[in-house]
Amino acid sequence: MNAYWIATIGTSVIAFLLKYSGHSVPEKWLSHPRIQRVNTLIPIALLSALVAVQSFSEKSALMIDQRLVGLCVAILALMLKAPFPVVVLSAALSSAAVYNWL
Amino acid sequence: MSRVVSATFRDSLSVSLTVGAYGVAFGAAAVANGFSVIQSCFLSLLTFSGASQFAVVGVIGAGGTSISAIATASLLGLRNALYGVIMAPRLQVHGIKRAIAAHITIDESTGVALGQEVRGADQMRKGFWYTGIGVFIFWNLFTLAGALGAQAMGDIRAFGLDSAVPAAFLGLVWPRLKKNSDRALAVGCALFAIAMTPILPAGLPIIATAFIAIAVGLRK
Repeated sequence: MNAYWIATIGTSVIAFLLKYSGHSVPEKWLSHPRIQRVNTLIPIALLSALVAVQSFSEKSALMIDQRLVGLCVAILALMLKAPFPVVVLSAALSSAAVYNWL
Repeated sequence: MSRVVSATFRDSLSVSLTVGAYGVAFGAAAVANGFSVIQSCFLSLLTFSGASQFAVVGVIGAGGTSISAIATASLLGLRNALYGVIMAPRLQVHGIKRAIAAHITIDESTGVALGQEVRGADQMRKGFWYTGIGVFIFWNLFTLAGALGAQAMGDIRAFGLDSAVPAAFLGLVWPRLKKNSDRALAVGCALFAIAMTPILPAGLPIIATAFIAIAVGLRK
């Protein structure tokens, strides 16, 4: 079994256990305001880190390439309140244009 | 069907279709990061939580181990547990029905259910089930389409898929940045992850930011 399958199955099992536990544990365990606050902050931290690493690294090396253009276009699209598919598509198109023609 | 029922159904359907369509981006991202079409579909069928799924393929794609990928995805999946806490007393289901309800407990099903509060408890339940099942169907169909599409491409960079993945993450985090302190945390974590990338093994710079979030959340 390779890393891809381990990641696929491991993530799925834990994802379900998390969901199921929420439906099963007493409400007071998870409704503490501190837990609620941490819960809103964790996605912000992880997703921002993922944006950065996916935009500026190749394995463990930092680099700047066509993805920087894609990222800037995505930021612009979000500032203009574009819907999610437009954000992703405009980033892909601009990045592809730089990669193919510059 | 009464007017009230159809309003809930309409809300659910429009959310299911728009969110389900993001599945194309996920399927393509998964294949672009080295996952097979089958693995991409398994993730959508079994993990069924967008941000967690993108995280798995993102961390593995960045060279991280399966353990760091699973850890990152699971930290993102924590919020589904909290949605379960909110939904369980409203759904009141047991046995296999509870297992199914748990599986479709995601941002969208919980969000639509809470949005029906003014229409009563019955409509909240309907909103949850319609949206959860609707997103599940469309998310999986579109994942397959995106994965097959990406597989048909040769060099993914020529199609901009290498930029589609970070753009997807950005699209997921953007609506969460409501306060200045949120934005500061986002920028801080992005800079931290970049700074740590040449130093720490792949995947760890990302997971480490969860601890920044925990520290900030507990301190306030």
